[in-house]
Amino acid sequence: MSEIVFKTYDKIALNEREAFRYMSCKFPDEQMKRLFEECLSECEGALSYKACWREFSLLFCGDEINLGFARTKSRALFTNLKGCGKIVLFAATVGHEMDRLIKKQTLLSPAKSVCLQAIGSERVESLCDTLNAELKEQYKKQGFLLKPRFSPGYGDLPLSIQREIMPALDCAKLLGISLGENLMMSPSKSVTAIIGVYK
Amino acid sequence: MGITELLNSKILFLDGGLGTYLQKEGLKPGENTESWNLTHPQVVKSVHKKYYDAGSNIVCANTFGANSLKYAPDELEKIIKAAVENAVAAKNASTAPQEKFIALDIGSLGKLLKPFGDLEFEKAVSVYAETVKLGVKYNVDLIMIETMNDSYETKAALLAAKENSSLPVFVTNAYGEDEKLITGATPEAMVAMLEGMGADAVGANCSLGPKQLQNIAKRMLKCASVPVIMKPNAGMPKSIGGKTVFDVNAEEFSLEMKKMAEAGVTVLGGCCGTDDSYIKLLVDTVKDVEFIKQSEKHLTVVSSYTHAVYFGNKPVIIGERINPTGKKRFRQALSENDIGYILREGLSEQENGAHILDVNVGIPGIDESAMLKSAVFELQGVLDLPLQIDTSDITAMEGALRLYNGKAMINSVNGKEESMKAVFPLVKKYGGVVTALTLDENGIPETAEERVRIAEKILRTANEYGIDKKDIVFDTLAMTVSADPLAARVTIKALSEIRRRLNCHTSLGVSNVSFGLPERGALNASFFLLALENGLSAAILNPGSREMISAYKTYCALCGLDEGFADYISFCAENEADKKIVAEPLQKDEDISLQLKSAIIKGLKDNSGELCRKLLLQRDGLEIVQTVVIPALDEVGKGFEEKRIYLPQLLMSAEAAKSAFEKIKAAAEKKESAGGKDSFPVVLATVKGDVHDIGKNIVHLLLENYGYNVIDLGKDVDKQTVVDSVLKSGAKLAGLSALMTTTVPAMEDTIEVLHKQAPDCRVVVGGAVLTKEYAESIGADKYSKDAMETVRYAETIFKENE
Repeated sequence: MSEIVFKTYDKIALNEREAFRYMSCKFPDEQMKRLFEECLSECEGALSYKACWREFSLLFCGDEINLGFARTKSRALFTNLKGCGKIVLFAATVGHEMDRLIKKQTLLSPAKSVCLQAIGSERVESLCDTLNAELKEQYKKQGFLLKPRFSPGYGDLPLSIQREIMPALDCAKLLGISLGENLMMSPSKSVTAIIGVYK
Repeated sequence: MGITELLNSKILFLDGGLGTYLQKEGLKPGENTESWNLTHPQVVKSVHKKYYDAGSNIVCANTFGANSLKYAPDELEKIIKAAVENAVAAKNASTAPQEKFIALDIGSLGKLLKPFGDLEFEKAVSVYAETVKLGVKYNVDLIMIETMNDSYETKAALLAAKENSSLPVFVTNAYGEDEKLITGATPEAMVAMLEGMGADAVGANCSLGPKQLQNIAKRMLKCASVPVIMKPNAGMPKSIGGKTVFDVNAEEFSLEMKKMAEAGVTVLGGCCGTDDSYIKLLVDTVKDVEFIKQSEKHLTVVSSYTHAVYFGNKPVIIGERINPTGKKRFRQALSENDIGYILREGLSEQENGAHILDVNVGIPGIDESAMLKSAVFELQGVLDLPLQIDTSDITAMEGALRLYNGKAMINSVNGKEESMKAVFPLVKKYGGVVTALTLDENGIPETAEERVRIAEKILRTANEYGIDKKDIVFDTLAMTVSADPLAARVTIKALSEIRRRLNCHTSLGVSNVSFGLPERGALNASFFLLALENGLSAAILNPGSREMISAYKTYCALCGLDEGFADYISFCAENEADKKIVAEPLQKDEDISLQLKSAIIKGLKDNSGELCRKLLLQRDGLEIVQTVVIPALDEVGKGFEEKRIYLPQLLMSAEAAKSAFEKIKAAAEKKESAGGKDSFPVVLATVKGDVHDIGKNIVHLLLENYGYNVIDLGKDVDKQTVVDSVLKSGAKLAGLSALMTTTVPAMEDTIEVLHKQAPDCRVVVGGAVLTKEYAESIGADKYSKDAMETVRYAETIFKENE
């Protein structure tokens, strides 16, 4: 187990296609593009990119996976982590203001709120991509490779593992992420994931 | 000497980190630190003793996470008892000469409060209350609320401390590098709220090192009237060789802390990464720094969850639009519990430049207390302006003040004994700036002298309640000049006297002055200017009124209150843009209908509202709905079904149609409808346990567009609430949504009870995880893949019932 590494980012490159994909919008016309631009400029001040990660050793005991911070019998995760000796656990968020903005636009302009939802999802995924790429680079230098990231709720990995992820990364204090009774994270535009590390 | 006397006469030292020590002794990550009070009392005692030996005046007992969300009641009591005993043992064992105290340490519950999390504010207060009561029972000397990164949770903790003890309370928050809390509050906003509620000392701890906290310390010293606390980390954590190392050593730490002490910080300690060597050096370095008593700042300030608004620099605009008086549409919204309407009013006031929003929801026949609470709660969820709680109902006032996330403005108190007796205790308890009307048992005095005399009486009485004059803003009551030509002069004279001689801030509801006269805007604006020139600090007005805002902007520009005329110039630019719209030539009604239809199809919200307003001059509202709005919506809906247009575009059209509807509603005596659907209610809800309501909101908007009377119960709705609403309204259609697989069972339950208790009501369901088959298997009458399909279904049910 390593210490928790905390990072903030001023800017994250935009993946416009992905944002439109979240709106099921394959061929955006001028009107859609205008709406998108407006929403983008509205959320500029609302985005606060934060992430933290920590390395854990990984053990397989029969059909159980010991992740170092929790144990699980998820088959899907088992397959994903096959051949790995350790994992990186990370959490990332774009912050609380985005949720307020979405809530506000739900009242003022549902069209904008749908668009902001899409932008929020794209922003946090792009943040994850950025962090993921940095980790890949960092581990490559030490001679390691990374598996695709895997989040609670994928396949048979239960959402309830979030309860163990939150304290393992000190999410409440470092990122301001808290978990509701229904296991949903707040801010809603937050992601947690496990990345397998192998040689 | 007690802690309170010492706090106001000398520099006090706190302890340093605890977790770091315990981890060294084998505490595992994720393990509960508090349980070590019972399992490793010797370790805990020895850490406390080290700090007393190093010179700490105050040691925090190991109770940071000791709360009833984490521990069963008897276990909680055992932990807090042991924690205090460990601290007492350490205190007794230490031979260091300084005065020594024990604090009950209170940290975050680790849960976010509603509306963005799921913890009720009152639940948080009651959880903290348990901890506080136990601290009092085991005789701690003070309460230390620390490392809080949310203003709302901080308020819950402080309220619990104040309601359940008479101990001194110190409060410190964890700020980020942007010098804000993670939920947005600035140091000024926190100081305003915490001081208002009676915190004995305020400050910052954790998250940052002493260098990064220097500026936060400066900002707090500048606005706080109580002592300021700084308890930084030993710099920023770095991982070196797999170990966390903080980058500021004890020597650097103490030098930075000395700077803070010299600037006026009088309570100093350390947080993560600091140990007794840091505290020892801190005490040695700072002990000879001269104590600077924090001075009373006499600042009149209110705050929201993000920022503070000060009176006295630029005049403050208080938006008056959230008020049902004389507004049919608003009253209708209130009686229909349409919070969305209230929020839109508030947001438009903010856009128009209001600094504070007055919130008044009193109409006969509604539960004002519940409505005011709900309005305040929802407004502070989307708006970052401070609110003015405006009610004469004391229960409603207290309810709203309690759950307000900041230091509110309160409207109002007056010179009557009864009023002061009811309102002042609330101001004292919850904090706030109260508007005081210069009237008393004998009514509104006719002379300025009498009004000033009442103001003086109000100040004296406030003083008896421990309320300083900085927390009172006087309203000298603008009366109608048409009834008494000298009324305006009297108001202004009293205002000027109170501002200049009593040195208090003032506020006026400006527009009263012109009742019964033509060109009211012009009179109001001139009166406003007169008042501003005579010392008006704040005005309650309609920020949408061009005359008033124009008077305000020109006043600020002329009086050196608008740097570089930036505000004035941007105001003029907006005016120009507005003029262009007005200047369009008159058109025939067919042209306008076509334009309106096209505006709705293209989703042009502003245009469609304006076009509809023009069309209403020539045509009946109902006719417009049937011949223009619905056909336009149908066309867009068809495009959506054929996948030619996308969801956001469908919604833009729906919004455009809605703004046309708003004009029609406003123009009509009673609510118009698209073919008698008024009497056809549709109940909507996102089921229990689910908070994903995007889809449901879209369905709401479209149904409303088609003229249905939508009763939206919101999200996370209990099944009985749905049934009750269906029975009460006689709805023939209910729509349920769920996004998560885990909440579909709740949907199934709701359908079952609905079918049993309201067999006439059809149930349509939708949501990401549902399919047609799945919907059938849980007993739904209809599965809709999107909002348009729901509208089509509603149309069939409506026709069946016609």
